[in-house]
Amino acid sequence: MIYLTRKIEFSASHLYHNPALSAEENKRVFGKCNNPHGHGHNYTLEVTVAGEPDPVTGMVLDLKELKAILEREIIQRMDHRFLNYEVAELKGQIPTCENIAKVIWNLLEPKIVQGRLHKVRLYETPDLFADCYRNGATQA
Amino acid sequence: MSDGLKIELGRRYRFAASHRLHSESLSADENSRVYGKCNNPYGHGHNYVVEISVSGTVDPATGMIANLTELDGFVEREVIEAFDHRSLNEEVPAFREKVPTTENVCIEIYQRVKHFSKAKLERVRVEETANNSFEYAGEELADLRAV
Repeated sequence: MIYLTRKIEFSASHLYHNPALSAEENKRVFGKCNNPHGHGHNYTLEVTVAGEPDPVTGMVLDLKELKAILEREIIQRMDHRFLNYEVAELKGQIPTCENIAKVIWNLLEPKIVQGRLHKVRLYETPDLFADCYRNGATQA
Repeated sequence: MSDGLKIELGRRYRFAASHRLHSESLSADENSRVYGKCNNPYGHGHNYVVEISVSGTVDPATGMIANLTELDGFVEREVIEAFDHRSLNEEVPAFREKVPTTENVCIEIYQRVKHFSKAKLERVRVEETANNSFEYAGEELADLRAV
């Protein structure tokens, strides 16, 4: 099995606020991330696809194809957007790294038909990231 | 999780510390042969990077597996304060008996962070330098790697 990883970057703003909590609780739980005007990050996304190389092309999947999927599904949807207000899939969710990684997984999994999506790793900063993968999968 | 997906949160921390690789059960010559420059009796140091991965249910109210402030506070208290700007051999009790190789540093950090009660520790990865890194996931690692 080969694990192939493609990396992309996008920049977006967000804020953490749960309307079910009081203003004080929001402040306590989310700290600076609760600033009502939002703030932004340069996100780095690593997408890992697992599969066997095709005997003819030597590829698990065509990287051009993966690049196009990532451009269409992720960049166009999230780059230079305010995640809370402009990404429908995140409506009603706090746009944490964990939740965004899962949204990205759900967007990409049905689109990757050569090989299969193995792991999504989303860095919010170089020191903070979330991984999403199928239960029971090995961490590669 | 019912959707069959697993989410992990990863966080990187840093500390700087000195160590000396020396085994009491080896002769001076053998220590020198096995550990080379790392056997220098005065020790030497590194800027270590510690990567902690935890898993758990994402709380719908917060969108988080674990509150970062709590995870940061725990790791800061249990690991960083104990290791940063210290001599690992002299000041971390575990390394009075064990050689403070980064393999053993990785295991020691795992043993400390596994007591974090708000999420499940999945693995610890330690970079001794930008070119050397070590990973420990408890005793299940061997099984995972064998797949």
